[in-house]
Amino acid sequence: MHTFAYARPTSLAEAVALLEAHGPDARVLAGGTDLIVRLRDGSAAPAIVIDVKRIAELRAGIHEADGRVVIGATTVMTDIAADALVLRHFPALAEAAAVVGSVQIRNRATIAGNICNASPAADTAPSLLVHGASVVAEGPGGTRRISVDELFVRSGVTTLARGELVTAIELPIPAQRIASAHVRRTRRRGHDLASVTLTCGVDATGVTRIAYGSVGPRAVLATDESGVLADPSAADSVKSPILEAVFAGASPSPRSMRAGPEYRLAMLRVLGRRALAVAIERLAAGE
Amino acid sequence: MVETYPIEVTVNGRRRAFEVAGHHSLLDVIRDDLGLTGAKECCLVGECGACTVIVDGRTVDSCLVLAVEVDGAELTTVEGLATDGVLAPIQQAFLDKGAVQCGFCIPGQLMSAHALLVEHEHEHPTLAEIQEGMAGNLCRCGCYQQITDAIIAVTEGGR
Repeated sequence: MHTFAYARPTSLAEAVALLEAHGPDARVLAGGTDLIVRLRDGSAAPAIVIDVKRIAELRAGIHEADGRVVIGATTVMTDIAADALVLRHFPALAEAAAVVGSVQIRNRATIAGNICNASPAADTAPSLLVHGASVVAEGPGGTRRISVDELFVRSGVTTLARGELVTAIELPIPAQRIASAHVRRTRRRGHDLASVTLTCGVDATGVTRIAYGSVGPRAVLATDESGVLADPSAADSVKSPILEAVFAGASPSPRSMRAGPEYRLAMLRVLGRRALAVAIERLAAGE
Repeated sequence: MVETYPIEVTVNGRRRAFEVAGHHSLLDVIRDDLGLTGAKECCLVGECGACTVIVDGRTVDSCLVLAVEVDGAELTTVEGLATDGVLAPIQQAFLDKGAVQCGFCIPGQLMSAHALLVEHEHEHPTLAEIQEGMAGNLCRCGCYQQITDAIIAVTEGGR
């Protein structure tokens, strides 16, 4: 690994000041499961690494406040997968967190890291999109909330401004419960990155939300308000054209090593139907 | 000049204070500075698990942690499993079941198995739980069945 300065701020103000001062020469270190790989292979070569794990405002933990579930930025996947609030309100987020990497990775990888890296294959992204999550960003100009949908630009690029740091992820607890399911396809069981990662959520008003990643430069959210997708009695021939429209946002790269575009597009349709069926079942079962 | 940082870590029950370079991984420091060579350097991307150690009760790939990050933490390496020269039950079970062939991955396998047994202290883990719990440790000798048998033997034999 090349050398770099290491900073471990204990206050948010200090962290924001460091990020603003160093701009692109700084990298934020949370779990490190992506960053340290990149520091070692040289694809990231910051002058300074800012470890944010000792800042109180980013502390790991999940609580309910003002009709929202708030997940501290440095909360790790292991804790999200097992959290009672997440399991009750956002089952697909718990499922996605449970399949990130291996135990060792999930013990370290944070939710904020997963989305701030803006990997198209980020497993929590589709679930956060379906459940309408936002990030709380603290920066030189103060605090702002950015919906996860507005955060992603493309691989490695977000709409966070210079000096901005994600302190928490918030998910609104909906008046109409969203029954959700996450599914993914990998080359092998274990800790491979997803070739397709997808979440479907349905609610009692008949709205269906489907978000999918690893089939384009960023995860995409599509919503069907016709009620057809959520209708358990509707035939596949009726749902099919709507699903085609839902998946119109997919544009898998022909250069990816994990899977070819044809395979990904085919699996997207299979997984979409599978997740939809599970979400409908969960809605009916009151899960 | 490489900047160093003072850290304090409890290593296998013993408090240690030392200086580490900011860019040195926890694995580098465990092997080179502490002289504990159980944890192995292998894939360096968090896929093989040969460098698995336990930090504050949880397994991590020590190749993906900077040493300076664990300041204040409690660290357990494979060297900390045996007590007074007596192997821990999981270590003995690995030997009894023939789970050790070349041995390279075994320190990491043992740490994951140990963490799994602690997590399921009051119940028997299911086969699926064992497989998921051990999925972050690869064995090129292919001893997965024997490793699984060893874990089951410990849960059945009393701990």
